[in-house]
Amino acid sequence: MKRAVNHSFIPSFLHSFIHSFFMAEYQTPTTEKDLETSFEQIKPYMNATMAYYESARCLFCYDAPCVQACPTGIDIPLFIRQIHTGNVAGAARTIYDSNYFGNICGKVCPTEVLCEGACVYNHQDVRPIEIGRLQSYATAQVVEQGRKLYEPGPANGHKVAVVGAGPAGIACACELRRMGYEVDIFEAKSQPSGLALYGCAPYKVTNEDVLEEVEYLRAQFQFRIHYGHPIESREQITELEKNYAAIFLGIGLGPTRRLGIEGEGLANCVGATEFIEQVKLDPLSVAVGRRVVVVGGGNTAMDAASEAARLGAEEVTLVYRRSREEMGAYEFEYELAKSVGARGVFNASPVAILGEKEVSGVRFIRTRTEGGKAVPIPGSEFEVACDQAILATGQSKRSAFLELIDGLDRDGQGRIAVNPETFQASNPKYFAGGDALNGGAEVVNAAADGKRAGRGMDQYISNSARGEGI
Amino acid sequence: MPNLTANLAGIRSPNPFWLASAPPTNSGYQVMKAFDAGWGGAVWKTLGVPIINTSSRYGAINYRGNRMVGFNNIELITDRPLADNLREIEEVKKYFPDHAVVASLMVESRKEWHQIVKDVENAGADGVELNFGCPHGMCERGMGSAVGQEPSVLRLITEWVKEVATVPVIVKLTPNITDITEPALAAAQGGADAISLINTIQSLMGVDLDRFVPYPEVDGKSTNGGYCGPAVKPIALNMVKNCAQHSGVHIPISGIGGIENWRDAAEHMLLGASNVQVCTAVMHYGFGIVREMLAGLEGFMKDKGFGRLDDFIGKALPNVTTWENLNLNYKVVAEIDAAKCIGCQLCYTACEDGAHQAIALPGNGQGRVPAIIEENCVGCNLCSLACPVEECITMVRKDNGAPAETWKDYMASGKAPTEFNDERAGGHGHWIPEPKAGLGRKG
Repeated sequence: MKRAVNHSFIPSFLHSFIHSFFMAEYQTPTTEKDLETSFEQIKPYMNATMAYYESARCLFCYDAPCVQACPTGIDIPLFIRQIHTGNVAGAARTIYDSNYFGNICGKVCPTEVLCEGACVYNHQDVRPIEIGRLQSYATAQVVEQGRKLYEPGPANGHKVAVVGAGPAGIACACELRRMGYEVDIFEAKSQPSGLALYGCAPYKVTNEDVLEEVEYLRAQFQFRIHYGHPIESREQITELEKNYAAIFLGIGLGPTRRLGIEGEGLANCVGATEFIEQVKLDPLSVAVGRRVVVVGGGNTAMDAASEAARLGAEEVTLVYRRSREEMGAYEFEYELAKSVGARGVFNASPVAILGEKEVSGVRFIRTRTEGGKAVPIPGSEFEVACDQAILATGQSKRSAFLELIDGLDRDGQGRIAVNPETFQASNPKYFAGGDALNGGAEVVNAAADGKRAGRGMDQYISNSARGEGI
Repeated sequence: MPNLTANLAGIRSPNPFWLASAPPTNSGYQVMKAFDAGWGGAVWKTLGVPIINTSSRYGAINYRGNRMVGFNNIELITDRPLADNLREIEEVKKYFPDHAVVASLMVESRKEWHQIVKDVENAGADGVELNFGCPHGMCERGMGSAVGQEPSVLRLITEWVKEVATVPVIVKLTPNITDITEPALAAAQGGADAISLINTIQSLMGVDLDRFVPYPEVDGKSTNGGYCGPAVKPIALNMVKNCAQHSGVHIPISGIGGIENWRDAAEHMLLGASNVQVCTAVMHYGFGIVREMLAGLEGFMKDKGFGRLDDFIGKALPNVTTWENLNLNYKVVAEIDAAKCIGCQLCYTACEDGAHQAIALPGNGQGRVPAIIEENCVGCNLCSLACPVEECITMVRKDNGAPAETWKDYMASGKAPTEFNDERAGGHGHWIPEPKAGLGRKG
């Protein structure tokens, strides 16, 4: 629930005074209870009655567009029909058969541009089926009950290593365990789930939901995760190559890319990925500025702006170097940021972060878009005063690490190059998926990649084994 | 202003909407409340020797989010003493002299029938309805549908009642019979002034998949009940029509079965019902639904220029004929309005798997609007029925304008197929894919 100043009880001469203190939609949370208010779930779980009526609306389209729109190809009409007939575990099985992150994806997927955006009801201006929430309705129940839907396949004698316990790596591990592979996941951090945990907006999914689903998968598939075990050196890589038949790289991306402008090193100038990670792990410790500038136009920028506002920032300004139409963020994500008070400024590019020790503002220069590029307009510089600058200008690639691997080709943008069918890299022992492959996308894309890469690895290892046998 | 006054065999009511004999007419309180809400008449919950009911009595079919599409009950006749009911009938009539109060009756011996008819007449009932329809419980004791299924017994009891009755006598028929006109005829021959139909259909509502007991469950057991509600309307309409068209059944009909709104009522009346009786819809939504029924029927009559109910009672009957009289030269073809189509392709899969493979999918990259293959379309309506969009698929007349020819005409002129492999077969030459083409296709 949002708190609002009740104006009717305030004498009019005090209005402007009070306004200067209570502009924010949200106040800075100081307790766990406050956090529940700030991060109230935008897609809360359905109850049985909602699920019953919502599932009744599904038309069971032929060759359904929602399935085509799902990166993991979940048989959506089938699972909705199963929910409607009271077969919730069957529905969950249908979902998990295609996507191991059924619950998380139901909550964090940009369904507006995927399944729900493709729902045929949209063509008659009828509200589309709430597919994401139905998906979470079914999967959350089996997770909560710990209901086993899968077990590992009989051991086939092969060992596979997965680097990174994010959605891509876990999906890959699940798929391989189903086929009887022994799987070791090496994770630098102390918890699994990668950006599903460290990056997904807290009002979209809770940390508990993320961790419970991964634990649910681990309990069924019994892969091993070695936490606090970063793979960083040539020696470690050699060791992995020696001990494992194939290696999956689900390494994601690195820290926020620096812009190379003056003042980036000031206190209170933070990368969006790092800011969001702190919000996710220890939200009460985040000292959000009273006035925050977020630089960037992607979905991460929108999340950072929303989170800053929900943590009590009074003025949140989103600044993007090109026009609103060219912004990479989904329209609904921008609307969501605006709905909590963020304000958009377009065609402005950062020139310098201002301040002595701490950020006091950001200097921008106006731009116009020419051939898709933001071209500065000379003499149009202006400053936006702020107490915190959040740079949501993309994450760096893990180039230094990737260079340690022999013969691993990357594309022009530093992404690992793979065969799009098998997800096999140019070094045949390596497979990859998720952000390291696509440069930064959704959990659902990582889940899809990991699963398909698992099959590619199986194909590769089976073929190699057959070759050896001859 | 159309006049909604109804008259069923001399029983007058301010409008044709009556409550059927059922739980909503169990007491004077309910009937008073119903009349106050606008109902024109009520058939009192069946009177007789009071019974004892089970706890857990109703079951329902819910369909895709809609509750009580079909409904059943294993409740018996009134469980209240006759004297209480009579006193309440008297009181209701005092307050509502112009409303119809009909007493539903079910007893066994001639003596009992004579006594109870006199009792309810003395209480002020405007008519009696003989319950020969109840298909559960009472029929095991030789009453209800046990009578309705034996036309000779039905006729005899009707005659007993007519020996003493001074108010109109309605005989309520059971649909649990092969030919509804047989008991209808027996009622007319026995002197009944009207018939009412249908009573409920024998049914089991489903089975509890954990306990293996059908619904409604009474301590681990169940029994067949009487089925009613919106799902039974088509069965009722056909039976009302059969009775209305039968030359021997020349008495008025009170239509019952699946009536929930003015449209349902108008349909029953167009097929010959002089008034209608409602139960399930009231059990679901309460007496207030009558407001919609009254306003709807009045609007319909205004639109069509009907001043009174008689102007349209039975008006659809001449348009219900036997199959052999239908025009075989009439041809309609489905037409998809691409601007309205939402691309669900339910029409495609319905026609492809359930009909005549007369709908084609667009090619890759051509969107999702299917196309009708006119030469394959037999005009069955299936696609237009499956389509979820209002008026997106319409059936358009596309015959060659040849004069009407019926099966009867075909037989007379020798155009009807007579051999197993007759080339005059209607489907001869229709395009049908080879059987093997059905393999490996997505369902």
